[in-house]
Amino acid sequence: MSDQSQGDQKRGDDAQGDVLLRQFVNDIPVYDFDDTTFTKPRLLAEAQVAIVTTAGLRTDGDTYWTPGDQAFTEIPVDADKLALAHFSPNFDRSGFMADPEVVFPVKRLAELAADGTIGSVAPLHYSFMGAQPDHNLETMRLDSGPACAERLKRDGTDVVVLTPI
Amino acid sequence: MLAHVFEQAGLATVGLSSVRGQAERVHAPRMLHCEFPLGRPLGRPGDAKFQRGVLRAAFEMLEAPSGPVLLDYPEVIVDEQAEQLSCPLPPRHDGDSHPAVEEARGLRPAFERASENVLRSGFGKKLTADTVPDAVAAFVRIADGTPFEDADVPGGDLLAAGHDLRCYYEQAAMQLADHVPAARQTENWVYRQTETGKVIRAAAVAMKEAGVAQPLWFYLLPASQAD
Repeated sequence: MSDQSQGDQKRGDDAQGDVLLRQFVNDIPVYDFDDTTFTKPRLLAEAQVAIVTTAGLRTDGDTYWTPGDQAFTEIPVDADKLALAHFSPNFDRSGFMADPEVVFPVKRLAELAADGTIGSVAPLHYSFMGAQPDHNLETMRLDSGPACAERLKRDGTDVVVLTPI
Repeated sequence: MLAHVFEQAGLATVGLSSVRGQAERVHAPRMLHCEFPLGRPLGRPGDAKFQRGVLRAAFEMLEAPSGPVLLDYPEVIVDEQAEQLSCPLPPRHDGDSHPAVEEARGLRPAFERASENVLRSGFGKKLTADTVPDAVAAFVRIADGTPFEDADVPGGDLLAAGHDLRCYYEQAAMQLADHVPAARQTENWVYRQTETGKVIRAAAVAMKEAGVAQPLWFYLLPASQAD
């Protein structure tokens, strides 16, 4: 469905917002990797776990994330001033406003570490911004993504939980 | 995509999916599709037990001997998005101001009571609380036919101003409502029940009819709110 035809289609009370959006983005092209690397994980009860989200979260007091920017931000585990800087208007924001854990569940990980489900929570977590106009995501594939991976490994992380928005 | 990059670097990943068609085609090592409202990947705000359940289900995929693995979380959440948010709007006092401008001014106390949540809302790309009424007035001018480039939008960025107005209103609504709204209830309230939301929608229509390039009016609203 083109942007133009979507813009002309009557919506609002006639269709649930998420149904419409899922129809629109369901078939967006994705980069086709030649194969799927499957890393054997460390025992979860001994593993350090980090969150990497594509929600466009920042901790520097800025609420602006330029569309097309495929870089990442660093989020300390005890960060208390998270900004939802994602540029897209096409998802609910009130959930995050009420409870950031519904997007960035760092306290949930701490609870799972306390009950022995996971080994520990990483000191640093990371955020990219999704809904990128470049569906090949070349910068994220070849530059910022690998750079983030190296930081995660440097921090001692074994398992990454990926959350969308 | 990040799952592939991280696994190639030697990290194990578990991913939450919000759009199943994309998850099917990405072929990430381990994906848990969750049919939850977009914007709420862990499902229920304020429900720690539920959120831990989602994480536990994701971590269970680490036991799979090989991949790709794509599973569906068994519980589906479909919020009643069409149900109107019960949220009082300030009464009118100033008959000289446009109703939307006066409404925006009237919501400022509610907005400021939630000042610690400003960043969470995403407010502040270009506007401040002081410039919100000016931004609303600019959208009124655009809706009335003024070219957007001549409308004197604070900060000079129309899309950012539209985004900030939504965030301002949603933050005020979160303060005024006595419960955590269902997904998109505050969005629907902004664009269907408030004067400013109606003005923004009218401005988008005016820009479209004037032949303005699509991205500039299309992204003024969530796609679900356009006429």
